[in-house]
Amino acid sequence: MNETSTTREAVVPLSGAALTPGDALVSLRSVSKTFANSVTALAGLNLDVREGEFLSLLGPSGCGKSTILRLISRLTNPTSGQIEWRSGRPEIGFVFQEPTLMPWATVFSNVFLPLRFRGVSRAKAKKKVQDALDSVGLGKFANAYPRELSGGMKMRVSIARALVLRPPLLLMDEPFAALDEITRLKLNDELVQLKCALGATIVFVTHSVYESVYLSTRIVVMAPRPGRVVAEIPIEAPLPRAEEFRLGAFYAQKCRETSAALHGAMGDKAIS
Amino acid sequence: MAIRDRLVEFVLPASALILALLAWEFIVWYAAIPTYVLPAPSLILKTLYVDWDTLFASLLVTLHITFEALFVAIMGGVALAMLFAQSRIIERAFFPFAVVMQVTPIISIAPLLLVYLSTSTAVLVCAFLVAFFPILSNTALGLASADHNLIDLFDLYRASRWQQLLWLRVPSALPYFLGGLRIGGGLALIGAIVAEIAAGSAGQGAGLAYRIVESGFRLNIPRMFAALLLISVAGILIFLLFTALSHVLLRRWHDSARGREA
Repeated sequence: MNETSTTREAVVPLSGAALTPGDALVSLRSVSKTFANSVTALAGLNLDVREGEFLSLLGPSGCGKSTILRLISRLTNPTSGQIEWRSGRPEIGFVFQEPTLMPWATVFSNVFLPLRFRGVSRAKAKKKVQDALDSVGLGKFANAYPRELSGGMKMRVSIARALVLRPPLLLMDEPFAALDEITRLKLNDELVQLKCALGATIVFVTHSVYESVYLSTRIVVMAPRPGRVVAEIPIEAPLPRAEEFRLGAFYAQKCRETSAALHGAMGDKAIS
Repeated sequence: MAIRDRLVEFVLPASALILALLAWEFIVWYAAIPTYVLPAPSLILKTLYVDWDTLFASLLVTLHITFEALFVAIMGGVALAMLFAQSRIIERAFFPFAVVMQVTPIISIAPLLLVYLSTSTAVLVCAFLVAFFPILSNTALGLASADHNLIDLFDLYRASRWQQLLWLRVPSALPYFLGGLRIGGGLALIGAIVAEIAAGSAGQGAGLAYRIVESGFRLNIPRMFAALLLISVAGILIFLLFTALSHVLLRRWHDSARGREA
């Protein structure tokens, strides 16, 4: 069922008073979402996404993490509750779990798509697309077809596409889940560097405790049936972080803390 | 080795074909089978050469009608498929008509059409009817089969329904459409032949199938075989044409057209 709203509001770019880091960019207030098949994905959820943060949504399957992303991006509407934007709805980038590229189009055409929707001509967009591809290390692959790329490269194209409009907010739904460990670690670092370079806010859905602790400034742990927040864990360490961060005591402690919260969410006995 | 593989791919079937033809020739000669029962391949080829003017003219008539019908079937099938994709109401309302048209055997409709229409128009309509449904059905399937994640992506950027149709659904549908086209191409020829035979039995027509019926009445069996040979060649050419088209359009990106890496 197509759930998008039928009204077509213009996307309002970030305007008015600039938000300082830490202000809520968007707030979900008492949001509930029940699907047509009576599955309750979320019940009375309260969540703020703060300007400039790297927020991870961590939890087992079925706890509504993906639904939150879809609500924020208005791919679906809440059954009840409000979604409030502090300063108008900004441009939003979305990276899905699959690269979701158009197989009949070149890498260039795929990354060009958002600009095309905004009415920019191909010639004028050339520089922006090339910049986006350069920023993910695929500058030489503009004329390749998705079929010719590896999984990691396709995901990079997907990220370049999400970033080509320089969105203040980037939503990512387990983007690295289908990749091998080596590529995953590499893309973790590249993602954080991109975030810092663009000053974007990121909401990142993941299953992985280690990934969430390494990448985020804040982790929200969720539980299923119905979907709700059960813990919030700040990670006060500056971004970007080097590989050595994974070896430190702080990292280990935060992983333990997060892991315990996750087990609590899944109803297991906490591993202390 | 690639060269060896290609040799095997072509030489083996060609050799089998030549052997079969030689065997046929031999059996006809050895058993002294009359030409009005089973002509030898050499006689068929000779007849083809002698009667070339008549047969070639008929071939052109049949091909002309086939491609004309196919053209209309493509225009109609694609347009209707797009309409179905945009409006579920129209789809639900008109799809049953299309199904009925498909399942009713064309051979039973042909005589009726020959009553209402001139011969060549009736043949055209028959060819159109059989080619139309596969193209409509396959294209509609293709338009409906766009990747749901891509649909979400388009929704994210607030694409209009037309943008979604033209930039997402149509390219997604291309492999399906080409599949329908390959089927429809062959069927258009069959539809034309069926109608011509029905017309030919009534003494009307000018295409290759009419020549077959006419040759039957006159017991000119070698000419019948020659006409049959030309029809087969026409069918093969149509198939090869659309296979090549499919390959050219899809080879860079679609699984069906790409070779597997060793």
